[in-house]
Amino acid sequence: MQAKAGTKLRTRIIKALKRDKYLFLMFLPIFIYYIIFNYIPITGAIIAFKDYKPGMGLYSGKWVGFKWFVQFFESPFAFRLIRNTVLIALYSIIYGFPVPIIFAICITEIQNTKMRRIVQTASYLPHFISTVVVVGMLKNFLSVNDGIVNAIIAALGGERINFMMDAKWFRTIYVASGVWQHFGFNSIIYIAAIIGIDPSLYESSKIDGITKFKEVWYITIPMIAPTIIVLFILQLGRIMSVGFEKVYLMYSPAVYETADVISTYVYRKGIESSSYSFSAAVGLFNSVVNFAFVFGSNLISRKLTQTSLW
Amino acid sequence: MSIKSRSSTDVFFYFIVYTLVIIAFFITLYPFVYIMSVSISDPIAVNRGEVFLWPVGFSLKGYKQVLKSGDIWVSYGNTIYYTIVGTIFNMIATVLAAYPLSRKTFCARRFLNFFIVFVMYFSGGLIPTYLLINNIGLYNSRWVMIIPGLVSSYNVMICRSAFSSIPDEVMESAQIDGANDLHILFRIAIWLIKPTLAVLTLYYAVGHWNNFFTAMLYLSDSSLYPLQVLLRRVLIQASNELLIDSTLEERSIAGIQIRYVTIVVATLPILAVYPFLQKYFVKGIMLGAVKG
Repeated sequence: MQAKAGTKLRTRIIKALKRDKYLFLMFLPIFIYYIIFNYIPITGAIIAFKDYKPGMGLYSGKWVGFKWFVQFFESPFAFRLIRNTVLIALYSIIYGFPVPIIFAICITEIQNTKMRRIVQTASYLPHFISTVVVVGMLKNFLSVNDGIVNAIIAALGGERINFMMDAKWFRTIYVASGVWQHFGFNSIIYIAAIIGIDPSLYESSKIDGITKFKEVWYITIPMIAPTIIVLFILQLGRIMSVGFEKVYLMYSPAVYETADVISTYVYRKGIESSSYSFSAAVGLFNSVVNFAFVFGSNLISRKLTQTSLW
Repeated sequence: MSIKSRSSTDVFFYFIVYTLVIIAFFITLYPFVYIMSVSISDPIAVNRGEVFLWPVGFSLKGYKQVLKSGDIWVSYGNTIYYTIVGTIFNMIATVLAAYPLSRKTFCARRFLNFFIVFVMYFSGGLIPTYLLINNIGLYNSRWVMIIPGLVSSYNVMICRSAFSSIPDEVMESAQIDGANDLHILFRIAIWLIKPTLAVLTLYYAVGHWNNFFTAMLYLSDSSLYPLQVLLRRVLIQASNELLIDSTLEERSIAGIQIRYVTIVVATLPILAVYPFLQKYFVKGIMLGAVKG
């Protein structure tokens, strides 16, 4: 009886493999790619528990347990790095999240199609500029001696500010330029949501004679609320994953106090100073916390709205 | 009475809406206009800080200087190479990954979906990846700009949902006619999702054009550097390398302008194709949004 079921299962598997052979064939290179460039590095993260020396294989080296993690958390940098990483993300959400929504509401109220299209097109443009160029603009615009911002400050009789070298200014510059770069692109999804609202809702409100303010407050915003909630939760999930590139390009030792984040620290310790195991441990800590946040936020999003990333 | 007060608050509403939109428009475009103006102004006026919005005087000296430099041409060539070759590889790989995952009858579908989605949530981190790439000999090779970023799971999912939206009858009738999956994919399916493929091509191409991080990590030979590495030196580290063939006097005059010219030269291709392609970009984010 059992043997019969076994052979039945086997013939079924063979049949499925035969039917799907081209699909397997197609996926094979992709499979190899993911194994090499994603899964081997994941297993390679075990060097965080070892004493890895340059030139060794990824899996050799003496086990040291949690030594590097302990060393990180005992160092004075751990608190600063976590604080900076979280604060940059948090400020980016606080200032960056509402702007695309407000912009989307305003732009969809513009009746003149041509004007609407021009403004909308212009607003996505900065999103496609490279980080290097954006940071290059910041450095040059904010330069003490020949930047336009300080030229204006000086013309108004103020004192020139060394923006890029002042730790107080780092987060403001980072967040403001991020809002500038992405608000237009991030508004697309809200604009689509607003356009998708059933027009009969607005028509009946016109008959009732409510003002435009109330129309936005009682119709537009409630109708796009699910989109807002999902995107907000997903944003919160990324709170531990501040991008490396922009911070790296913007910062300098003078502003480490507010600018240095986990990813830049991992880069400096690991690649510039070759403390591979130590920085792999810091990176792994970040990956694990990040995973928890992303996973959690997706779970909440799925519970609330049946929408999630997977 | 009530009609009058209603329309006056509506006037106020539109006043706010138009004001905000005009401010947003100005803020997004101002830096671009300013950069353009500085790049074609008289360098002496630039040094005196006289340019605020429109060009002051007219001079193409900055452009002559920048285009004279050999470095910028080498970097430009490299970036074009990485963008074209890289994007071709990206698209082939993305299609090959997405099609099997979109087939509802594919026996390994669930497992392989998880296999590619998992890495969106968890990575080994920078250091193990760095050591791996060094160990397998990709360091300082052109391929490092192409192979490690071969597929993005996110884009595979966009492509997968495009394939899934092809009606089942199309696939079934092809199968009945005896077509295997290779035929279906290359003769039928990819032609039915052309708009999505256009979007993904653009996403990948912009990613290659703007890629700085990979080059910084893995390239040490300056003859392989893409534009973004050169840009970083000129714009952020204020290197005067593009002025190497000029006199000291020219250098002191052109120093500031040269950086703005470099921004224009490096960004122009994106700005030039942008108005034609922006509708696809928009479509792309909607594809990402509905994949759910």
